[in-house]
Amino acid sequence: MSYTGWILLTASLVGLSCGTIGVLLILRRMAMMADAISHTVLLGIVVAFLVTRELSGYHMLIGAVVAGLLTSILIQWLQSRGVQGEASIGVVFTTLFAVGVILIATKVGNAHLDVKHALMGEITFVPWTTVHLPWIGDIPEATFILSIVLLVVLAAVIGFYKEWKITSFDPALAASIGIPVVVMHYAFMSLLSITTVAAFDAVGAIMVLAMLITPAASAYLWTDRLSLMFVLSGGFGVLAAVAGYYTAAWLDTSISGSMAFATGVLFMISFLASPKHGLLSKLLSPAVAAE
Amino acid sequence: MQGLSVTGLSAAYRKSKVLDEVNFKLPKGSLTGIVGPNGAGKSTLLKVMLELHPKLGGTVHFAGKPLKTMRKKIGYVPQRGSVDWDFPTDALDVVMMGLYGNVGWMKSPKARHREQAMAALEQMGMADYARRQISQLSGGQQQRVFLARALVQDAELYFMDEPLAGVDAATEQAIMTTLRELKGRSKTVMVVHHDLQTVEDYFDHVLLLNRTVMNYGETADVFTKDNVYRTYGAGLRWRQEVPS
Ligand SMILES: Nc1ncnc2c1ncn2[C@@H]1O[C@H](COP(=O)(O)OP(=O)(O)O)[C@@H](O)[C@H]1O
Ligand SMILES: [Mg+2]
Repeated sequence: MSYTGWILLTASLVGLSCGTIGVLLILRRMAMMADAISHTVLLGIVVAFLVTRELSGYHMLIGAVVAGLLTSILIQWLQSRGVQGEASIGVVFTTLFAVGVILIATKVGNAHLDVKHALMGEITFVPWTTVHLPWIGDIPEATFILSIVLLVVLAAVIGFYKEWKITSFDPALAASIGIPVVVMHYAFMSLLSITTVAAFDAVGAIMVLAMLITPAASAYLWTDRLSLMFVLSGGFGVLAAVAGYYTAAWLDTSISGSMAFATGVLFMISFLASPKHGLLSKLLSPAVAAE
Repeated sequence: MQGLSVTGLSAAYRKSKVLDEVNFKLPKGSLTGIVGPNGAGKSTLLKVMLELHPKLGGTVHFAGKPLKTMRKKIGYVPQRGSVDWDFPTDALDVVMMGLYGNVGWMKSPKARHREQAMAALEQMGMADYARRQISQLSGGQQQRVFLARALVQDAELYFMDEPLAGVDAATEQAIMTTLRELKGRSKTVMVVHHDLQTVEDYFDHVLLLNRTVMNYGETADVFTKDNVYRTYGAGLRWRQEVPS
């Protein structure tokens, strides 16, 4: 495949997996949690690197899941001790993130791991690091890992569709009929962590947030059906990724920044034009009624 | 026959105790109103009995058995305000959630589950609204959907948190008809209730609660001026709020 082809495929995989997870993130009202996770997985990556002394994608995934779970357990613990919700999220993620930054500065030196890269990502480098797969041949490692993560995310969302629905809508009812709400919570945090870290290489920690939240928030404006919201959100993610890439090529600017910007444009359009909640339909409907 | 027995039940949020040594017994087939001032711990009592909130101590038996073996036989209706009504789903879908415990892990609901849910919506007079997005329903209609969801659970014991709060008169009648019908089928039903005027009409048993049980028993014996005063403290104006 061409260089551009790999980048577009990788970006689309980011859009699809972030868009899918983003729906649950929005409906479970955990957008702040994504903010926290997108920072603390840095610590997971650094520790994985210090332990294994190599920057392999699989080690990073494991490190990210551990860091993600640690983050959510610490936040839960502080909240159960009476620390106010958002404050405990802020305290935990800034602290863990700072530990990650300090470790990079003091222990890692300049071994392929710098803060700017982790925060901003660099999708243009993605095609250079490849892995060899039987039958398929050489493909970029980041693309391969993203495909696996997407499969895991889709399997989890589709396989446990009704369990996600009930624990998101009415956790008290879910618990009362014996669905393990707490297990589902940590499973979700794990999915969020692997999605975030897999998307890191392509778009960086900050842009992951845009990809996680904005396509899902846009999809929410267009539909009242959960299944359709998943499809739209994934589709918006891909659309923003592709549109962002071409915008960046056209304006010769940051790819990840353009992708995040594209998600914002999509949201603005949805906000103005969506049939149920959009400003346009609200402006138009009294006029229709008056005729 | 025993419906529900609670002994020495206590619970707290962080360090402040909100339920202290709650003890009561209710017979099977009773329709009980839980009555007490705001913040008395009524919602917490339901949650702690169903282990949705941890208890500090005490035991609860449903028809003589612990919760673990009775989960499928218990229906819970949370306060209407406890869920997000903007969630992308419709009335029928919400009712079907009551059946998720029977559908089984990772399986999707079948046609017969859909039919059961439709029948329950019909019983609550909501069949025409089955496909309506839940935020497009009135408060009374939303509460009927919650009731329909409890009905499909086909439980032996029901716990409902203020199902009559903020509903229209027609919905109030529809819900009361349903509750009496459940009682008629020997279900044990506990309902958090806020309107002192209607307690005597609606419930055969009353539990007066204010951090602990002030009184409980048959309505005629327990729902007296003195007991209600004691439960609510000085703030209550008896004549205005309760017909004596
Ligand atoms: N999630 C919570 N965290 C801390 N305190 C709570 C929480 N829920 C309820 N409380 C407190 O516990 C007490 C009992 O609340 P609740 O059971 O909701 O009372 P009721 O339903 O009788 O109005 C109140 O003082 C309330 O402020
Ligand atoms: Mg309450």
